[in-house]
Amino acid sequence: MFGRRAGIAAAEYANATETAPELPAEASARVADVVERLRATASAPGNESVAVLRKALQETMDRNVQVFRTAESLAEAAEIIEGLKKRYPNVTIHDRGQKYNTDLLEAIELGFLLELAAVAVAGATARKESRGGHYREDFPTRDDENFMIHTMAYASGDDIRLDYKPVVVTKYLPMERKY
Amino acid sequence: MTAVDDAGAANAGDAGATNAGDAPTAVGEVASMKVTLRIRRMNPEGTESHAAGEDYWEEFVVDAFASDRVLDALHKIKWEQDGTLAFRRSCGHGVCGSDAMRINARNRLACKTLLKDLNPAKPILVEPIAGLPVEKDLIVDMEPFFASYREILPFLMTTGPTPERERLQTPEQRARFDDPTKCIMCAACTTSCPVFWTDGQYFGPQAIIGAHRFIFDSRDEGQWDRLEILNDKAGVWKCRTTFNCTEACPRGIEVTKAISEVKRVLNSGEL
Repeated sequence: MFGRRAGIAAAEYANATETAPELPAEASARVADVVERLRATASAPGNESVAVLRKALQETMDRNVQVFRTAESLAEAAEIIEGLKKRYPNVTIHDRGQKYNTDLLEAIELGFLLELAAVAVAGATARKESRGGHYREDFPTRDDENFMIHTMAYASGDDIRLDYKPVVVTKYLPMERKY
Repeated sequence: MTAVDDAGAANAGDAGATNAGDAPTAVGEVASMKVTLRIRRMNPEGTESHAAGEDYWEEFVVDAFASDRVLDALHKIKWEQDGTLAFRRSCGHGVCGSDAMRINARNRLACKTLLKDLNPAKPILVEPIAGLPVEKDLIVDMEPFFASYREILPFLMTTGPTPERERLQTPEQRARFDDPTKCIMCAACTTSCPVFWTDGQYFGPQAIIGAHRFIFDSRDEGQWDRLEILNDKAGVWKCRTTFNCTEACPRGIEVTKAISEVKRVLNSGEL
């Protein structure tokens, strides 16, 4: 269903657009760099393992960034994630192959997981209210006045810059859960 | 955590022995044991000791609990000992159908097979499912399997205008094809079938139950198109009723029975 919608919208956009957006000359270079850098680690026995870092990330996300969070638990997670991000460049893998290299895949995914975890923590820290699956024990009530907004996160150097955009209410009116 | 070092030592340890009897276990602590997995491997690009495409057995010893699944043991190997070990898995809970493999000579899902059900005192044999080309270690090329599925037109076929609302059916009509709807397309049945192993043309049991799911659906009108496809020499008549498929199915589908129902319709000409 979404594939159909996306396809129709893409065709409409392509028909209505005169020129393709300009791409950098080496559009794939950044991705290729990530892949090749990690693949090259297979020849150098290293000091950090994907599985160890991922486990530490999973444990802190599970303990500190689950549905019930506080400023304190989020700060603890932020610190742990920061430490894991510093260790991530030292990750080495075993498999240097080009085919079904799931070892490499997991290493690439870990980099993305660390970024996304940091984004989730930053957004949850700034949202000083409770809403849906985000329950701040230090701010247990919903605050539509300040937080009926979507959180937008942008990379800003090594930091995350947060911005917000308004919620467009259409058919279903968002309201507080009373059950 | 010094996973890599520990793992190296464990790998050199005595295969198959459990340490449950060696050390006293604290109250409330569940004893772990050493489990040996003997894995059928193949690297399409070759390794230091094996040529490209050569298949060979390799043993790994992991610390595991009796309640662990084969998938947990494979993860331990991949994450702590040898990252080059390649296998598919996705949901890890028996619904996505990615990790069908041949475990102790039977097709099963690694995520639904407990070590304690396998006699972990002996090495556990893990091989790719048979009859499909091996891509790397436990990963096979599923394309021939999916191609057979596509052949039987696995989608609702109707005539007339699209109705404004759902196409209704009674609980009895729905029950008629309930069993094959459980299929997760893991290929455990098809790759356990001796006819499929020897005859590359045979659709295999999965494609037939995929067809059954629509043939017996009261809302569908493409039954005879599918039945004609299955009446082919590569179709249902190749089935020798070996029941391997029924035994292999991790979803408990009565695959052989469903195939027989399709045969019966073709024989009688009546749905």
